[in-house]
Amino acid sequence: MLPALFPYKLLPYGFRRKYRPQRFIPKQKDLKSKYDVVIIGGGGHALACAYYLARDHGITDVCILEKGYLAGGNTARNTAIIRSNYLTPEGVRFYEQSLKLYRDLSQDFDFNILYSERGHFTLAHTDAAVRTSRWRAEVNKQLGVDSELIFPDEIHRLCPSLNMSDDVRYPILGALYHPPGSIARHDAVAWGYARGATALGAEVHQQTPVTSIIIENGTVKGVETPRGKVYANKVMQAVAGSTSVVAKMAGFRLPIRTIPLQACVSVPLKPFLDQIIVSGSLHVYVSQSSRGELVMGGSTDPYGLYSTRSTLDFKEGLLGHMLELLPMLGEVKILRQWAGMADMTPDFSPIMGPTPVKNYYIDSGWGTWGFKATPVCGMTMAHTIATDTPHELIKPFYLDRFVEYAQVGEKGAASVGH
Amino acid sequence: MKVMNCPLNGPRNISEFAWGGEVKPMPDPASLDDHAWGDWLFLENNEAGVVREWWCHVPTSFWFIAERNTVTDEILKTYPAGELFKDRVNFAPKAEKM
Repeated sequence: MLPALFPYKLLPYGFRRKYRPQRFIPKQKDLKSKYDVVIIGGGGHALACAYYLARDHGITDVCILEKGYLAGGNTARNTAIIRSNYLTPEGVRFYEQSLKLYRDLSQDFDFNILYSERGHFTLAHTDAAVRTSRWRAEVNKQLGVDSELIFPDEIHRLCPSLNMSDDVRYPILGALYHPPGSIARHDAVAWGYARGATALGAEVHQQTPVTSIIIENGTVKGVETPRGKVYANKVMQAVAGSTSVVAKMAGFRLPIRTIPLQACVSVPLKPFLDQIIVSGSLHVYVSQSSRGELVMGGSTDPYGLYSTRSTLDFKEGLLGHMLELLPMLGEVKILRQWAGMADMTPDFSPIMGPTPVKNYYIDSGWGTWGFKATPVCGMTMAHTIATDTPHELIKPFYLDRFVEYAQVGEKGAASVGH
Repeated sequence: MKVMNCPLNGPRNISEFAWGGEVKPMPDPASLDDHAWGDWLFLENNEAGVVREWWCHVPTSFWFIAERNTVTDEILKTYPAGELFKDRVNFAPKAEKM
């Protein structure tokens, strides 16, 4: 057989009934007028919630209403880093549970999410940052999270690509090393949850925005969409970025500012960077994806905006610092740039649980820490909805903590300078 | 770079400015309970559309008001805070009451 003819050998399979292509998620049905649970938003958190509602609580009459397309918001716009080395015990417990769920997700879905453990380095360039790293390491270890403060010799041994020279504006003095720090394919996470949830009975309705929320006597009754009214016993919103806009329809305000968070990737390079490198002081984080692109992000924009535009200022700031850490990238080109709308809360922690409206739940406040929390959010929100009591792990993240002065000051979040 | 018109210094790069958040009427601290104070302090309208906000030109520490569209990223108008706040708030007697 001539090699050139080889591809045609596959052709007969395409015509055989036995090898029909399978849909990943079922074709969109007509919208019913009543569901048990309606979830506003079709991103990773919403899909995960639907999945755990069906799998763990037997609630399968679930409808996911997505304004755009499946997982096209912040699920598609993050930099896919997963870690649990936060600063507050509340945060560490919560994200550690997420990390544990992530590890088994490919098995769970029977679908590869390309979960890849890389080791996560949070660089410290000042004495203050070294001190915070020590603080974080001790909190982490206390809670069973693999985390340690390491110094330049060890950093160089573990990550030889980094420029350890003193002859830069911000020399590296130490790093918080978190071996379980990982990256995963973010789209696959959402698709896996979507497939799992729809296989168990949930419905995903794309191109279906919610235009208003039906509330009677302080209890949510359903939502209105251009495709008609949808009644529900319980409603959850998981629409980070547009959280305040949707919450306004439900009649309450939140301590959230919507601020763009930008990111970019380089052209693909041969694998040279195993680790995930983060610097809070320089506002840089970088990792190399499985197809070789360097995925880079920085701090949130300097002011609030409901927009996903990119700016040159951001890239100048980010790449200027990046070249100090990895000077060999001087000639490498940027391939893509984008932004997501982040829900920034004053204490850098999420807002989850019940709301002032009865049977209306919220999963919000996902500033720069949403992707890594996807599984645990789904699990805890499903528990909260099914039992009508907040899950133990999300109790500290209740909405009224702001007016009760019980914030969870999470200085371990990305985009927070130390 | 985006340019903002400072009422005191004229057009300057946006990197010279600090964002101060939305303008909201300050309630009377003396007659307020903790809950209402937290509400004023933390809760935001976070409007998608035209908003009125505090901004500061950092090099000169000049605080002023800007109206901008948070969807299109357009700065519509900037003016000194004096145009909104005609009277000086005297905090001393209010603080004494507490």
